[in-house]
Amino acid sequence: MIWDAVFQPFADFGFMRRALLGCIAISVGATPVGVFLMLRRMSLTGDAMAHAILPGAAVGYLVSGLSLGAMTVGGLIAGMAVALLSGFVTRVTALREDASLAAFYLISLALGVLIVSTRGSNVDLMHVLFGTVLALDDAALILLCAFASLSVLVLALLFRPLVLECADPQFLRSVSGLSAVTHFTFLALVVMNLVGGFHALGTLMAVGIMILPAAAARFWAAGIGGLVLTAIIIAMVSSLTGLLLSYHYSLPSGPAIILVAGIAYGVSLVFGPVGGLIAQALPRRDFEV
Amino acid sequence: MTTAIAFRDLTLGYDRHPAVHHLQTEIGTGSLTAVVGPNGAGKSTLLKGVIGALSPLGGSVIFGGLNRDDIAFLPQQADIDRSFPLTVLDLVAMGLWREIGAFGGLGRKQKPRVEAAVAAVGLTGFETRPIGSLSGGQMQRALFARLLLQDAQLVLLDEPFAAIDARTMADLIAVIEGWHEEGRTVLTVLHDYDMVRAHFPRTLLLARELVAHGPTHEVLTAENQFRARQMCEACDGPPHVCGRSAA
Repeated sequence: MIWDAVFQPFADFGFMRRALLGCIAISVGATPVGVFLMLRRMSLTGDAMAHAILPGAAVGYLVSGLSLGAMTVGGLIAGMAVALLSGFVTRVTALREDASLAAFYLISLALGVLIVSTRGSNVDLMHVLFGTVLALDDAALILLCAFASLSVLVLALLFRPLVLECADPQFLRSVSGLSAVTHFTFLALVVMNLVGGFHALGTLMAVGIMILPAAAARFWAAGIGGLVLTAIIIAMVSSLTGLLLSYHYSLPSGPAIILVAGIAYGVSLVFGPVGGLIAQALPRRDFEV
Repeated sequence: MTTAIAFRDLTLGYDRHPAVHHLQTEIGTGSLTAVVGPNGAGKSTLLKGVIGALSPLGGSVIFGGLNRDDIAFLPQQADIDRSFPLTVLDLVAMGLWREIGAFGGLGRKQKPRVEAAVAAVGLTGFETRPIGSLSGGQMQRALFARLLLQDAQLVLLDEPFAAIDARTMADLIAVIEGWHEEGRTVLTVLHDYDMVRAHFPRTLLLARELVAHGPTHEVLTAENQFRARQMCEACDGPPHVCGRSAA
């Protein structure tokens, strides 16, 4: 029974194994970045960047069809261009970063939909927007695993400056010149993980596997290490469960995975011991001085 | 007395609007100086200019034999995100940045020093507490422990006594006076003129421009305070673009 429900789909079908491996790579690479996005109160920035990569992917598609390399390079260029342009506008004008980012990502999104709609078909648009996790080939898997490895490595190197940039940016500026480097390298990591994620889950859903597990983990762990580890586990379990639901009930895989992550968030919100609704309603057992 | 910091026609500001105009004065090595002035006078902006977080719109900050490693900075508590999941020990250990850098770990030599700094500010037992659970006074003690570990020649404090209790204030003043006795240069933004008179030998009175700088009893006169208030009536409006050319 358990074998049929949980293991059989992966034992019988290569596309399910590939989908699972792709989702695990995204969970390991993107979710820790999502934790820092959340801690920096930039969760919606992740969403904006996810939309911003669309025209790059669309131009890549126009040039080379559904080519992994062209769409990846296009997405990376578009995402970094929006990140750098919005940062530049924030520094040289009175417009705040959230407003300049919103302006650029909306232009970028409109441009992307226009390009895909005028030159492609609805099927192509759906591919870019919602991904094809069940159709990951070897090249896509290698790309996802490479992005995940690079992301974990860079995040490990950047960990201390990033923590300070989040918690006490003035102090970081007083002891080191790494503040700007940290900020832009982190944005590059966000873009890279979103571009990797969109091959499997699409531009709109990629940010879901980044942010939802991070938000859920906030209710289970208090330290940064615990948050990252919990978020990765929640992302992996959501991926596995979403893929199985998709297989057994013929549901679209990407939304199924993100919805399971959403349910994990809801459960955490209620039952999580660190600031969850029930934990807050219960009387405190001890008082520390 | 040698010079620790020289402000040479320094103008600092935001979005090209100056908040400190054409400041020309010097801070002596080993001095204990209070930076005072009405709200919006540019006191915190001046410290940001000294640490390099804000580039001058004009003029310069010149350090007398000091480099970046010799400067320790206490930001306002409002600039710190206390919801971030850091423990007291994590926060204090950041004071060893210059030794361990961005990538090094805490070794056997450093851990006792971090614990000693925590103990010196009376926070023993709080090491594993998240910073979000500390009171304002406890948080300020933790930030002073970080400053102790930085062991810097120039210490810059931005409103170190905002919203803390009297006992914590007395303990932290003792720490500051200890730094002064050790010959370190301390520059502190303050609002309480009585405290400045009681504990700070020198004062820099700012109202976007320099009003006066020197021994506290000569600077904090009724006339200078009246002048600063008058000059800062303009501070209540939006900051204007400076029309004065550099000297």
